[in-house]
Amino acid sequence: MGALQSLSDEPEYRELSEKTGFSFEQIGILHKRFKQLSHNEDMLRRADLDTIPDLACNPIRTQIIEAFFDKRNFHQNGDGTVEEISFEEFLVVMSHFRPPALNMTEEQREKVRREKLRFLFNMHDTDNDGTITLEEYRHVVEELLSRSGALEKETAKGIADAAMLEVASISMGHMVRLLFYNIL
Amino acid sequence: MPAFSCAFPGCRRDLLVIVLVVFVGIGLHIEASAPAYQSHGTEGSHLTNITNTKKAFPVLAVNYEHVRKPFEIALWILLALLMKLGFHLIPRLSAVVPESCLLIVVGLLVGGLIKVIGEEPPVLDSQLFFLCLLPPIILDAGYFLPIRPFTENVGTILVFAVIGTLWNAFFMGGLLYALCQIESVGLSGVDLLACLLFGSIVSAVDPVAVLAVFEEIHINELVHILVFGESLLNDAVTVVLYNLFEEFSKVGTVTVLDVFLGVVCFFVVSLGGVLVGAIYGFLAAFTSRFTSHTRVIEPLFVFLYSYMAYLSSEMFHLSGIMALIACGVVMRPYVEANISHKSYTTIKYFLKMWSSVSETLIFIFLGVSTVAGPHAWNWTFVITTVILCLVSRVLGVIGLTFIINKFRIVKLTKKDQFIVAYGGLRGAIAFSLGYLLSNSHQMRNLFLTAIITVIFFTVFVQGMTIRPLVELLAVKKKKESKPSINEEIHTEFLDHLLTGVEGVCGHYGHYHWKEKLNRFNKTYVKRWLIAGENFKEPELIAFYRKMELKQAIMMVESGQLPSVLPSTISMQNIQPRAIPRVSKKREEEIRRILRANLQNNKQKMRSRSYSRHTLFDADEEDNVSEVRLRKTKIEMERRMSHYLTVPANRESPRPGVRRVRFESDNQVFSADSFPTVHFEQPSPPSTPDAVSLEEEVPKRPRLKADIEGPRGNASDNRQGELDYQRLARCLSDPGPNKDKEDDDPFMSC
Repeated sequence: MGALQSLSDEPEYRELSEKTGFSFEQIGILHKRFKQLSHNEDMLRRADLDTIPDLACNPIRTQIIEAFFDKRNFHQNGDGTVEEISFEEFLVVMSHFRPPALNMTEEQREKVRREKLRFLFNMHDTDNDGTITLEEYRHVVEELLSRSGALEKETAKGIADAAMLEVASISMGHMVRLLFYNIL
Repeated sequence: MPAFSCAFPGCRRDLLVIVLVVFVGIGLHIEASAPAYQSHGTEGSHLTNITNTKKAFPVLAVNYEHVRKPFEIALWILLALLMKLGFHLIPRLSAVVPESCLLIVVGLLVGGLIKVIGEEPPVLDSQLFFLCLLPPIILDAGYFLPIRPFTENVGTILVFAVIGTLWNAFFMGGLLYALCQIESVGLSGVDLLACLLFGSIVSAVDPVAVLAVFEEIHINELVHILVFGESLLNDAVTVVLYNLFEEFSKVGTVTVLDVFLGVVCFFVVSLGGVLVGAIYGFLAAFTSRFTSHTRVIEPLFVFLYSYMAYLSSEMFHLSGIMALIACGVVMRPYVEANISHKSYTTIKYFLKMWSSVSETLIFIFLGVSTVAGPHAWNWTFVITTVILCLVSRVLGVIGLTFIINKFRIVKLTKKDQFIVAYGGLRGAIAFSLGYLLSNSHQMRNLFLTAIITVIFFTVFVQGMTIRPLVELLAVKKKKESKPSINEEIHTEFLDHLLTGVEGVCGHYGHYHWKEKLNRFNKTYVKRWLIAGENFKEPELIAFYRKMELKQAIMMVESGQLPSVLPSTISMQNIQPRAIPRVSKKREEEIRRILRANLQNNKQKMRSRSYSRHTLFDADEEDNVSEVRLRKTKIEMERRMSHYLTVPANRESPRPGVRRVRFESDNQVFSADSFPTVHFEQPSPPSTPDAVSLEEEVPKRPRLKADIEGPRGNASDNRQGELDYQRLARCLSDPGPNKDKEDDDPFMSC
């Protein structure tokens, strides 16, 4: 495929647009970016995302990259991770970041909100078991602090503990769900 | 009981009124009779010098002129504060009517009283207003400006401030000119420029009035920052328009060049103001780096540099308000990293105090000036002005929001728009600007009257009705949330996530630039402006430490008081998270002090200079309160277990002394300096009662909930317990058990 956007992609775009909610223009732009990242191939790999210079100093880049390859984010009720993704899956992951449309009903808005929370949840839950343990949470905090240089494991542990404690004191069980609802 | 409580505030109110009248009466009487005494005094001494006759030594003499000015100033301020005090004693009144209205009414009364006595009531001098009364309010607003919502909405705010004000000014000026052209009004002498000048004065939303009214209605953060930010940033526009039209109305004609220069002037005024403020802000931050040995004068640096920023920019006719805001915003993160906790508290309270006094005085003077000022009433003009104000505001907001919403992710709803439009109050700035008009303007009195009417209308009608309207429309209110470490973690996480996704998209958006700025800040700026090694610490850790410190303090205080409430939330504009960074030595100091307090049953925090005494006493008193503390701790642990899902295998209470070690930082939070940790000293547990919570810090892969046997008597305050047990949890390693959730927790809710 060449770098030019041809209108022969129209029917494909329509399907994608319906599935993800992006407009044709947005899909076009993202497609260009996808091709750029994957060096004009059909499938995107982790290594391609690793090379993005802007992500280099991001403390949670591994998690962000993982999120793209996490089957749970593909809306197909799958599980586990894949090694490479197609443009459609790329779009689906991206669609999590769309703002809710102005003319949505309250119910639809709830659904969108829940999907976004699900995405975040999956980012934290690295071992794919459906729960966020204290260890995973600590890992997140460590990653966040990893840019500071002088990381003390005790600090990260302390912070994660305090955070879990806070949640525990706010809710009595069902910690993780309410954890997210409390902050978002 | 109800009868008593009704009578009591009533009594107090009457008492206050009487006191007020007495004060005013005395003040005026002394004023009136002062000259007589003065002349006697000088004559007497003059005669004595010449004739050398022996006069009786004056045992008691009155010399009022000597203290006149400060006396009057103090009297006025005292009056203002007594009135404020009075209002808050009457709960029914203060719930319905906003404070600003009441103060204006008081001003009217006092002005009327003075006029009746026959004196000339003082008018709100513009010099006094702009140089003394306005800066504290703006500095308070700028220093405690919530940065995050402000920067997220800065585009919207700027659009409202600049374009909205311009629209208001021209719309009103134009239509009023059209009105004046109508013969029947009788104002045909008013030319276009004068009308535009008037429009520009009265079009700006006033920060003082907005603050006064909005802080009582607790509206959601977005709308609050929109209206408030607009009121602050439109100062530049107001300054430019005012100067522009005043110059032109003297000359009489406008050319295209003038308009162009006006636009250039606007940019110079606003950006120049911000630049001046930023320079002074950096200076203040840099100075604060070296104040570790002279903590007492730290607050003064903050105040003086800010005031200098304001005066400097006023000197160049730049926007003083924007300079002040820029100064406060720039210096705050660095100054707070450097100064001591006490200095921070001092700054906070002084700013609140001064801004409160200023605001009160402004409104009272507004009332007094209304009675005093020369008035020229013209029904049509005034009524049209009021109506046009409302109409132009509404149209402006609706039109601008329509355009803005195309660019915003979080759209502004109709309710938001309504509150933004309705909250556009005018206030004392408009009045002072009108007062500044030289007397050569033949319409000056008319303008003043119209301005005052608009101010009264917006403050009284809009100010009083906005609260019930907010309730009626069920507008989202501000959530009173305590600082949560989860929020911090997730906010930071989301920031990084969105930056990352922007990177993946290849889009240089909001988050990208914010990230760049943060990195620049961290590598270059902080190095210069923050004392010691503190600049390397990431914000999350700093926040965590602040929270712990706060909890420790709350715990200590609540240990003595039966009910502790975070009463600071009631103060206006307080950021719950704005607790400063404390240097490590200082934290040690504070911990020692906390321990001393705990043991001595005192509630006041001792100042640094006294801490030497407590250090010596501390060790002896360890054992006395130890057992009591242990008991309360055990009780708390028991309660804590209710919150956590407990696994089947409960741990039996382990006897023996275990050590509590603070998780986070081994150097600072060393075991001995924390109140609980005197347990570390080897004191044998005499009975099973004396089970303490100390334990080694194990590296456990899974965490178990440590449950002590239910022991001890219930301690009397739950709040303290809750905080304490949270803290205890932070200290000891246990945590919640790994929660096994339902299969699909999200979808099941």
